[in-house]
Amino acid sequence: MDEYRLDLTLSRLCHQLVEDYDRFQNACLIGLQPRGVHLSDRLYRRLQKITNNSVLPYGKLDFTFYRDDYRRRQLPIPAQPTMLDLQGGAHPIDGRHIILIDDVLYTGRTVAAALRTLYDYGRPARVALLTLIDRRFNRELPIQCDYVGMQVDALDEAYVRVLWEDDGLSGRVVLYANREAAMHAAQKG
Amino acid sequence: MDKLMAQQQLSTRHLLGIKNLTREDIELIFHTAQSFKHIINRPVKKTPSLRDITIANLFFEHSTRTRISFELAEKRLSADVINFSAASSSVKKGETLLDTVNNILSMKVDMVVIRHPAPGAPHFLARHINAHIINAGDGTHEHPTQALLDAFSIREKLGTLQGKRIAIFGDILHSRVALSNILCLRKLGAQVRVCGPPTLIPKHIDALGVEVSYDVRASLRWCDVANVLRIQLERQHIKYFPSLREYSQYFGIHKALLDELDKPILIMHPGPINRGVEITSDVADSEHSIILDQVENGVAIRMAVLYLLASHRRL
Repeated sequence: MDEYRLDLTLSRLCHQLVEDYDRFQNACLIGLQPRGVHLSDRLYRRLQKITNNSVLPYGKLDFTFYRDDYRRRQLPIPAQPTMLDLQGGAHPIDGRHIILIDDVLYTGRTVAAALRTLYDYGRPARVALLTLIDRRFNRELPIQCDYVGMQVDALDEAYVRVLWEDDGLSGRVVLYANREAAMHAAQKG
Repeated sequence: MDKLMAQQQLSTRHLLGIKNLTREDIELIFHTAQSFKHIINRPVKKTPSLRDITIANLFFEHSTRTRISFELAEKRLSADVINFSAASSSVKKGETLLDTVNNILSMKVDMVVIRHPAPGAPHFLARHINAHIINAGDGTHEHPTQALLDAFSIREKLGTLQGKRIAIFGDILHSRVALSNILCLRKLGAQVRVCGPPTLIPKHIDALGVEVSYDVRASLRWCDVANVLRIQLERQHIKYFPSLREYSQYFGIHKALLDELDKPILIMHPGPINRGVEITSDVADSEHSIILDQVENGVAIRMAVLYLLASHRRL
């Protein structure tokens, strides 16, 4: 997926959100740390322009301490800050329509952990999921995606990475044969 | 940020003392504690991370803050907790430390938090026992989590520790808080000075890279942060100074001393406070004091330490 396609996809996703949530009065975008926030930051900025509203409800959620692979993987993942200081005060998400945003939906375990985390902040009215890439045949949990950028059908061992440019706008999606190939490519820069 | 990503795990399986930690370890603990501080300020203050872990708190010495703080940290990480205090146990019947702990461990305990009057007791356990050991104070030796939360609290207020001036006042000789603090602050690049009566300052302490002063007024003028320690009468078997009243006059921190300063200063105290001895009430409760912030940060720091140690796979 090149920059041009990615740009088109992002703007389609934004318009879908506007169609469903209009002015976002009771909705809230939440990017998942660490990778999902690159996507949510971009969507957030585009939505601000489209809706002409600079104070859209937006947060970032870290679910490190809720992961189901803690103490099973070789190295723990460092925690990232959670930012959920919406106008809701002590109960920022109670009764809201939450849109969780992540870059790649693969096994569904990440989203499951994010949901567990979310419930410790309150009781949302509804939770929807937006991902740029949906690897629909690799799911390990019954989790589905409401807004999809692109569907990728690949083998279990394949690795999809979204590479964002530092300018905060463009980026591209790359499909690697396996995780090692992705790491190798990342090291080469 | 990227530098932090490089290290994701502590270099040690136990927290025996600051001595065994690297600067990167300390930064990682602070980074993790930051997230836990956010969590303990939520309506739901728990995370499920340590659901499958059982922790024994073995306190062979009296404690309020540290024990409650560890217990809260453990519960907020969803660990199962057993508490043990020497006063009401079979230690009184003559059981050895190793036997006591081995018996507790055979009930499937994964981590041990220990406070003991003998320096080196946690190190001894770490050598003989297959569990993560956390030192919650061993005699006059080290008290690592206290030093971590002190440094964390200073960093929170001043932004960094690099180049900052921290003075530690009081009974340096008997204080495990002082030793751990000195090691921790030095590793983080702060300048450290100790100040107290000559009898309560250990010989050769300058080998740790600290300055020594016997002048409270000059030291207060010098420092950005004053960490005031308690006189540990329970460890003093001879007289080190004539009377508490005299100590308080010459080495106590009182309001008039602070009023002379024309600069901001942070006042810290690891507790318990002996009001009117090392510090007067009007100083302990003044706007300079961050004593209660220290206590709050204590829970976050201990959660971070427990979480990071538990992430090591079992041997």
